[in-house]
Amino acid sequence: MIQVVLPRNLQLLAGVGRVVELEVDAPVTQRTILDALEAKYPALLGTVRDRVTKQRRPMIRFFACAEDFSNESPDAPVPEEVTSGKEPFLIIGAIAGG
Amino acid sequence: MSGVRVLVGTRKGAFVLTSDASRKSWKVEGPHFAGWEIYHVKGSPADPNRLYASQTSGWFGQVLQRSNDGGKTWEAAGNDFQYQGTTGTHQWYDGSPHPWEFKRVWHLEPSLTDPDKVYAGAEDAALFETNDGGQTWTELSGLRTHDSAPTWAPGAGGLCVHTIVLDPADANRMYVAISAAGVFRSDDAGKTWRPANKGLRSNTMPDQDAEVGHCVHRIAMHPSRPNVLFMQKHWDVMRTDDCADSWREISGNLPTDFGFVVDVNSNEPDTVYVIPITSDSHHFVPDGKLRVYRSKTGGDDWEALTKGLPQKDCYVNVLRDAMDVDALDPCGVYFGTSGGQVYVSADGGDTWDSVLRDLPGVLSVEVQTLK
Repeated sequence: MIQVVLPRNLQLLAGVGRVVELEVDAPVTQRTILDALEAKYPALLGTVRDRVTKQRRPMIRFFACAEDFSNESPDAPVPEEVTSGKEPFLIIGAIAGG
Repeated sequence: MSGVRVLVGTRKGAFVLTSDASRKSWKVEGPHFAGWEIYHVKGSPADPNRLYASQTSGWFGQVLQRSNDGGKTWEAAGNDFQYQGTTGTHQWYDGSPHPWEFKRVWHLEPSLTDPDKVYAGAEDAALFETNDGGQTWTELSGLRTHDSAPTWAPGAGGLCVHTIVLDPADANRMYVAISAAGVFRSDDAGKTWRPANKGLRSNTMPDQDAEVGHCVHRIAMHPSRPNVLFMQKHWDVMRTDDCADSWREISGNLPTDFGFVVDVNSNEPDTVYVIPITSDSHHFVPDGKLRVYRSKTGGDDWEALTKGLPQKDCYVNVLRDAMDVDALDPCGVYFGTSGGQVYVSADGGDTWDSVLRDLPGVLSVEVQTLK
């Protein structure tokens, strides 16, 4: 099971807690994680990435294992710790404002 | 027993206020969608318990919410707003071409007869329609592909369709207002559009009388007299008596004719309300005084309404969708400010009460009169 941590606004929108668990078939990548997230919680369609281009929204960041993967290829494998469920995949609203 | 439900959209959530017909004691529910910008909440005239809300965020994009029980519970509807066909460019602030991009829904206008049918005015300027209660949206692309559209440029708030007015006497006729392109009218239910800005003058354009390019802030109609529309433009308050074929200025004795809101008394089609704002560079009320101005003559002759409103040290703005009227007698008038206050007059504007003082900045106010 992949663990995904959602920002508060998306927790409320999807009606879930801070962490959601997803079954993701290999290869586990940003794209397949987000595909599984949107399939399980359709209310999140368009909120993390563009519905058509599938590009990450500009003020969303992806962190895991204390690293920033936001600008990695969406098709690159995520770390083994995420794939094994040992570490979560974090979806973060970027810092903005004061 | 009749009453009113007031739907307030703010920069950090939505609030629902209810009262009986006395409009003196209020129950406040919210914030709904806390932390999100709620550009607009509006109910269906055909089913008052059906509400739609535009929920938007710079982080998370556009969400469309629907309620079937008058705002007690909500469900996310469809948020797939795609422009039809190949999109070209419009003009950017510096005059350069800029690609059309969907950003958010500014205004929702439910059909007068069908609770599942809603029009949505979007930024970048486009009009969408749903016929299934918000699950799917289709662009009425005749507006965005109008011949003049490549010349449209954004106002300070963006290039947006912020006003949609449906003609209750003609199901095929509708109007939209775009900042900063102007008014457009359709006589075929939104398929094709033509500019309707004759008589407007704007010194922000090289040709002050151009057919397109005016920064119209708001238009309003009384349902019993759909050929008459009132307009608050960037500068100037205007009126048409011929379905927007031509406009004339009615600013008269207003202290300033800059502003955002305009609305019409539900019982008196020639009683009009505006809230003058100092200028385009000073987006707050003049002289530190919050004054609603009322004309009982359809314009030109205006009186200041001040009882119950702050008359010193007040520097708030009232945005374009943040005023509405109810259908009771006497007519109730409602508005919300950038400072988070919601004011109500239960006597057509003669006196005002502050219902809420400390909300986030108010983006929109809509009123439902409940039977």
